Amino acid sequence: MALSLTASKVSGGRQGQKFLSWVGLHAVAIALAIGFIAPILFIILTALMSDQQALTKDLWPTSWHWENFATVFEKAPLLQYFFNSLLYAGLATVFMLISSVPVAYALSRMKWRGRNTMFYLVIVAMMLPPQVVAVPMYVVWAQLGLTGTLWPLIIPNLFGDAFSIFLLRQFLITIPQSYSDSARVDGASEFGVLCRIILPMARPGIAAAALFSFLNTWNDYFGPILYTGENTGNWTLSLGLASFRSVHQVQWNLTMAATLLVMAPVILLFFFAQKQFIEGIKFSGVKG
Amino acid sequence: MSATTMPTRPAPPASTRTSPSGSAGVKHRRKLTVLAFMSPWIVGLTLFFLYPLLATSYYSLTNFDLISDPQWTGFSNYVFMFTKDPLMWKAIGNTAWLTVVITVGRVGFGLLAAMVLVKIKRGAGVFRTLFYLPALAPPVAASLAFVFILNPSTGPLNQFLGVFGIEGPLWFNDPAFAKPALSVMALWTSGTIIVILLASLLDVPGELYEAASLDGANAWHQFRHITLPSIAPVLMFSIVNSIIVGLQFFTEAVVAGSVASGSTATAGSSLTIGYPDNSTLTFPMWLYEQGFHQYHMGYASAMAIVLFAVSAVFTVILVRRMRSAGIGEEE
Repeated sequence: MALSLTASKVSGGRQGQKFLSWVGLHAVAIALAIGFIAPILFIILTALMSDQQALTKDLWPTSWHWENFATVFEKAPLLQYFFNSLLYAGLATVFMLISSVPVAYALSRMKWRGRNTMFYLVIVAMMLPPQVVAVPMYVVWAQLGLTGTLWPLIIPNLFGDAFSIFLLRQFLITIPQSYSDSARVDGASEFGVLCRIILPMARPGIAAAALFSFLNTWNDYFGPILYTGENTGNWTLSLGLASFRSVHQVQWNLTMAATLLVMAPVILLFFFAQKQFIEGIKFSGVKG
Repeated sequence: MSATTMPTRPAPPASTRTSPSGSAGVKHRRKLTVLAFMSPWIVGLTLFFLYPLLATSYYSLTNFDLISDPQWTGFSNYVFMFTKDPLMWKAIGNTAWLTVVITVGRVGFGLLAAMVLVKIKRGAGVFRTLFYLPALAPPVAASLAFVFILNPSTGPLNQFLGVFGIEGPLWFNDPAFAKPALSVMALWTSGTIIVILLASLLDVPGELYEAASLDGANAWHQFRHITLPSIAPVLMFSIVNSIIVGLQFFTEAVVAGSVASGSTATAGSSLTIGYPDNSTLTFPMWLYEQGFHQYHMGYASAMAIVLFAVSAVFTVILVRRMRSAGIGEEE
C-alpha cells in the first residue's frame, strides 16, 4: 500500500490507468461468472415453478413448488436409475483403482525398456473414441449374454483405464525418487515400496483419479445407451433423464427438477473434494 | 537384453540407476515385478484395444447384421460411404464444423478467461470455482438445460437479448443455429480448459515479465515471447483434447435434438436424430444409428475405421509434441 501511494505521487496518471484496468478485469470476471452460473439459477427457479408458470416467460416463481422434486420420483423410477448409476460408477471406480495404480506405478517409478512406448500407448488409448471399438465389443458382449446389463461397462475397468493411468502416472512422477530408493536400499520389495511409501504419499492423486473416474462413468451416456438400450430396468440416471422429457413433454418445471436432481450428486461431490478436482485437472494438463 | 549389458560385478558404484543392486537375480525379479504390475493393462490393451481394432477392420470389409455370419464384400462399405450415402457428407460436415468451432472457441475463450483470472489477486478461488462448476454437469443434464435456456420464445437468453433490442434466433429449432447452440453449451462446460491454462499461466516465472518490461517490451511482446512459449505444451494438450472431444461429439447432439424436436420418441431413436433437418447429425451419431438401430454393423465398422484414422492423426501429433516437450522421457 505504502509503495503504491508513493508511486501515485510520482505519476498519478499511471496509477489511474492501473485502477481502470483493475476495474476492467473485475468487471469481465464478474460478467463471466454470472454467465457461468446463470443457467444453474434458471434451472433451480424453473424447477420450483407451477406447471403453468414454467411455460411462460417468467423467470421468478410466483409460488414456490418444492413438491416438484417429490413428484419427479413418482413420474420416473429415478431411485432405481440412481442405484444403477451408483453401481456402475462405484464398481468401475473401485476396479479402476485396483488395476490402474500398479500400472501407473510401473510407468512412473520403475525403469525398464519399453516404458515410454507403453506410456504413449496409454495416451493413444485415452484418445480413442469409444465409437471406434463399439461394434466388435458389442458382438463379444452379446455372445457372452451380457448385453442389457451394465457389466460390459464395469468389467473393462478391471484391466485398467487409460485416462486414470495417465492421471496417476502424472502425479506419481512428481514424488521424488529418493523416497523409493532409500526404501529399496533397506531391502523393501517393489510391492512394499508401492504399499508403504507411495500409496500414502499419493493419496491426493489417487483421490483425484477416483473422482474423475466416478464423474466420467456417472456422466456417461454412450456406454449405457449402447449396452442397456431397451432394458429400462438397468438404465442409469443419464438415460432416464434423456427420456424423461419425451414422456413429460410440456412440464418444464418437472424436467428441470429432474435435471437438478441428476446434477446434485456431482455438485455435492465437487464441494466436498474441490481441491482434489482442481489438482487432478492440473495434472491431466500435461504436468510433470 | 539388459541382463547381458549388466556386469555381474558387485554393486556398481556412483551409478545413477534406480536399483541399488545389480545382480542378475534381482534384475530378473524386477522384470517379473514390472510384468506383474503392468499385466492388467497389457491384458486390457489386447482385449479392449487391439482385438476390437482388428475385428473392426475385418467387419468393415463385410456385410454384417449381427444375426448371420459376416459376408466378405471388400471395400464396398467404404465406396458406399463416400459416394452414395446421402447423409454421410452431412454428418462429416457437421462433425468438422463442430470440431473446428468447439476447439477454437474452447481454447480461445479458455485462454482469455484464464488470463483475466491470473491477474485477479483476491477471490480468485471463488471465480475459478464458479467457472469450473458447469464442467461437471452431466452432458444429458446440460443439454436439457440448454434446450430450455435457448427456447426461442420463453427462454432466458432470448429474453436477455430482447433487452438490447436483438431478436434472438430459434437456436435448436433452426438448422442454421442448432450447431451454434451446441457450441454455446460447449463454452459453458469449458471450465476444465480454463483451470489447466490458469495453472500453467501461474507457473510462468514473474521475473521474466519484470525483466522484459525493464527492457521496454510491451504487453503483446510479453505475451508473444514469454507467455505463449511457457504455456505451449498445455495449450497443445488443450487443442488436441478439444479436437478429440469434437470428433466424438455425440451425447449433447442426441439429447438436444430429441428434446428440441418435441417428439415423444425415446432419446436417440432414429426419429429424432439430427433434428432439425439433420443439422446436428454428427459422424458418431450416424455410426451409432447405422450399427445399432439399422444393424448395418459392417458399414458402422467402416465408419469406425475412418473415425479412428482421423483421431489417430491428432493423437500422433500430441504424442510427438509431448515427446519434444520432454514429457514421458526418462528424467
